[in-house]
Amino acid sequence: MARIKQNKVVYTFSSTVWALKMEQCCREKMAAGRLIPIPKDISAGCGMAWTAGIEEKAALDKFIKENEIEVEGIYEMLL
Amino acid sequence: MIYLDSSATSFYRPPQVGEAVSRAINSIGNASRGVHEASLIGGRIVFETRQSLAELFHAEGPEQVAFTANATESLNMAIKGILNPGDRAVTTVMEHNSVLRPLYEMEKVGVSLQIIGTDASGRLDMASLEKAIGSGIKALFCTHASNLTGNVNDIRRIGRWCREKKVLFVVDASQTAGIFPIDMEKDCIDILCFTGHKGLMGPQGTGGICLGKGISIRPLVTGGSGIHTFDKEHPSCMPEALEAGTLNGHGIAGLKAAIEYILDTGIELIREKEQKLAKAFYEQVREIPGIRIYGDFSDENRVAIVSLNLGDEDSGEVSDWLSQNYNICTRAGGHCAPLMHKAFGTVEQGMVRFSFSGFNSMEDVSAAVNALKEF
Repeated sequence: MARIKQNKVVYTFSSTVWALKMEQCCREKMAAGRLIPIPKDISAGCGMAWTAGIEEKAALDKFIKENEIEVEGIYEMLL
Repeated sequence: MIYLDSSATSFYRPPQVGEAVSRAINSIGNASRGVHEASLIGGRIVFETRQSLAELFHAEGPEQVAFTANATESLNMAIKGILNPGDRAVTTVMEHNSVLRPLYEMEKVGVSLQIIGTDASGRLDMASLEKAIGSGIKALFCTHASNLTGNVNDIRRIGRWCREKKVLFVVDASQTAGIFPIDMEKDCIDILCFTGHKGLMGPQGTGGICLGKGISIRPLVTGGSGIHTFDKEHPSCMPEALEAGTLNGHGIAGLKAAIEYILDTGIELIREKEQKLAKAFYEQVREIPGIRIYGDFSDENRVAIVSLNLGDEDSGEVSDWLSQNYNICTRAGGHCAPLMHKAFGTVEQGMVRFSFSGFNSMEDVSAAVNALKEF
């Protein structure tokens, strides 16, 4: 299958605990996205990142705040 | 077989613990070492176990719970991770060697150590302890309960003294985690060390350390963390700071199932059943001529331990006789609690320790009582 790059939002975390907390909350509340290995262009963060389509950014930013998830960085990139 | 050595390790466990280990051993990858499905299954199990432990101990959050192999490793981390040459520390004669030996090591590099004694029934000398917790003291290392007598310390009262005097309060919960309520916030606990295989009924090789808000300690071991690969230093964020190398994911899966059982059942119910069995045993054996029982039984709030001696008989011989003739499992000897034995004058003789689980029965109690009467 050919890979098609799309604009994505990527959230990084200082610890895998926060990455897994993000996944747990998103699964429970049907929020968009999934865990991915941290992209090479991001040097900070733990080994996992959360990504979703760029159109989800505003909703996810709000979701992260509401669920008190500690995010280290927020990036927009073609993935 | 009648197993009465639950203070050494759980033998009777809810069946779901073994089932969870078996499932995990065939289904999980290395937690936090990737995001493929197998690794994520492991990662989720580990994360959810942290959440359960944080809930059980009222810890700040799941990130404050780090896994270790046992309480000894956790206590070594705490003791060697916060003390520096020139520091002053306080501990008690009730401690296990997992506290005492690392502290004696620290004494050799310039830490000064004060050890608080007990009364004739092995109860902590609270007046001396309160006096000792003062300015200039870095930390108090204190067990929640003696593994020899079953006497329980009032950690809430002690914790408040420590917080008031800005002394770090490090608690060894080896004998109480999963059985007695522990609230890191209300008990003012800065560092909680626990094992997974005793009261928590998880597999051997599981344990952990919970850090209070704002507490950081030097790691005992550094290395692979799955994060910040190209940094020369081990990550400082919790829990990775205290977790170098692959975790015991299979064991943690079993621990998770055990904690779920405990939270569903309720620790009060588990504790009451154990205490009832221990009390029934105590009430019957105290009538045996020449018996000596150690600990404060006027206090109902006890770990389900009854340690005793029959006259001057070698505790090892009594325990071996119970094992050989009745297939009753007890623990004899020093129980890694040298200062308590010195206090009781039982260094030579040791003690025979009977420790009960909620899965024991009154029939087990009667069998042990009758066997002792036959000796």
